[in-house]
Amino acid sequence: MSAYIIRRLLLLIPTLFLVTIIVFLMVRLIPGDVIDLIMEEHMFETKRGREVNIEAIKGRLGLDLPIHVQYGRWIGDVFRGDLGESMWTDRPVTEELRNRLPVSLELGILGIIVGLIIAVPVGIYSAIRQDTVGDYLGRSFAILCIAVPNFWVATMVIVFPSIWWQWTPSLEYIPLADNPIENFKQFIIPAAILGMVLSGYTMRMTRTMMLEVLRQDYIRTAWSKGLRERVVIVRHALKNALIPVVSIAALQIPVLIGGSVIIEQIFSLPGMGRYFLEAIADRDYTIVSGINLVVASVVLLNNLMTDMTYAYLDPRVQYR
Amino acid sequence: MSQTADTLVGVVAESKRRSLIVDLLVRLVKEKPLGTIGGVIVLLLLITGIFANFLAPYGFNEFIAGSFLKAPSAQHILGTDNVGRDILSRIIYGARVSMIVGLAAASIDVLVATIIGTISGLIGGKFDLVVQRFVDAFMCFPGLILLVVLMSLLGSGMLQVILVLGFVWGIGGSRIVRGAVIGIKENVYVEAARAIGCSTSKLITRHILPNIMAPIIILFTIAVGGIILAEASLSFLGYGIPPPTPSWGGMLSGAGRYYMLLAPWMVIWPGLALTIVVFGINMLGDAMRDLLDPRLRGGVGRYGGVNVKKLAVKGKSKSE
Repeated sequence: MSAYIIRRLLLLIPTLFLVTIIVFLMVRLIPGDVIDLIMEEHMFETKRGREVNIEAIKGRLGLDLPIHVQYGRWIGDVFRGDLGESMWTDRPVTEELRNRLPVSLELGILGIIVGLIIAVPVGIYSAIRQDTVGDYLGRSFAILCIAVPNFWVATMVIVFPSIWWQWTPSLEYIPLADNPIENFKQFIIPAAILGMVLSGYTMRMTRTMMLEVLRQDYIRTAWSKGLRERVVIVRHALKNALIPVVSIAALQIPVLIGGSVIIEQIFSLPGMGRYFLEAIADRDYTIVSGINLVVASVVLLNNLMTDMTYAYLDPRVQYR
Repeated sequence: MSQTADTLVGVVAESKRRSLIVDLLVRLVKEKPLGTIGGVIVLLLLITGIFANFLAPYGFNEFIAGSFLKAPSAQHILGTDNVGRDILSRIIYGARVSMIVGLAAASIDVLVATIIGTISGLIGGKFDLVVQRFVDAFMCFPGLILLVVLMSLLGSGMLQVILVLGFVWGIGGSRIVRGAVIGIKENVYVEAARAIGCSTSKLITRHILPNIMAPIIILFTIAVGGIILAEASLSFLGYGIPPPTPSWGGMLSGAGRYYMLLAPWMVIWPGLALTIVVFGINMLGDAMRDLLDPRLRGGVGRYGGVNVKKLAVKGKSKSE
């Protein structure tokens, strides 16, 4: 096991290195240079020659250096925990991310909780009533949760309550520290929508795990002792089936980060996803690279933890 | 001599493959009620997409004078939008867009996945290790974030959407192909083919590819749903297919969002169409996986072996 962990950690290094290169190069290839955009703004203010200004701006942003030097500078700063400053507002990206990460994190954690609350009962029911109408309905519901576009559900949630009851979700962000109850009210609907996709996957996993456990000898023993179904399911089967489900569901961060980009935009939550979309629209290299790097590292660590969890939970996984 | 033998082998393989598909369809209808529903939905999408110009009552960009934001009526079954276009017609043409993007991108996906997966799996060793680190690095970026960055790099448009979705899905899918190739690489028939001096290209086309058809078909079916959803998300965010081309995702953004409280039918139908189509494709994909993947057959795929109800009855009869 420890050899497996060490091997996985060693493989992490080249992957992380490739990630930084991809992150760095990707945004620098975006057409419509940030300098053109800054120039357009400055054109109205100064009537001086364009060339002089371009060089000045390039020099200020460090874009006049050869690309490998730029990369070296950037990666050096990254190791010191400095993701650079926004090209437009000069605000440090690290600080901005520190303010916005909690919003996305709260949304994600609530999403996971909601996802589990919906998924686990349906998954269990589907498994213990295998191949009945109820099971088919449960499985269809799971696929429906994966199929329905979250931006559509979000739109419907804004449209219909507003038409029927004149209720609209608050569009002003209420921090958790200021008013926990109002904050929860604001977050629960977007979180539920975000949790829907996750609950689809979790439902299927719960069902599979339950079916696997129900096939075990000790469950047969429990039945033959004459225990009631509820006791067999709740006391004997559930415990073993749910440990993997919950631990894997808790590690579904990539699914949630993808979803949060759209959900934060629709519900005007000042999280990382919204920050990302704004930065992309402004072609703000440093912010986009910063977010990409943070997100990719989180996902990489998350995947590592998922594999470890699998290895720990399932002795059949070979550590090679 | 060898020529005839080759053609003979070709003929046998051909007839076998045809019967495989027929066999698959028969089993789908017989064993998988949910998969059959999915198949019917997919068939309807294909018919709507192919015959869009015969089915749609109006053109997708035909402005009908004096009927802006009209609620659903006999003349416009699903209503009209803010510039007086028939929404039903736009949904029908939108099916064509979804169909083209889904099929084209999934084809690129399968092509890319097969090329990377086969080469990486077959060569193995250090080459495989390096290629897999690149795949790892790419897969660290949560879907939507990578897609938005790439689309803003290439600019919006249908061709760009198809290429980006195809390549991103293909890199991820190469894992599945690689796994399948490694799984069959050690088989005796591959060794035998090598021993009689079979060239690598012939080995791949004659022995490897026919034997990994099952995972490739599964890869294709499952990718189509995800790709259609991703295209809609991109178009919703404004990085996908630009108006006036009717993309279901695009119809939900821009004017759709602006007028959604005044004319909710502008945002209901595209999302509903999207949900039904992706739901159908996923159901079909699930059923295909159960039918095609021998490892899952009789195991978690069919959930065979145990029927809880029967067990419960057994348990009860024993206790009585």
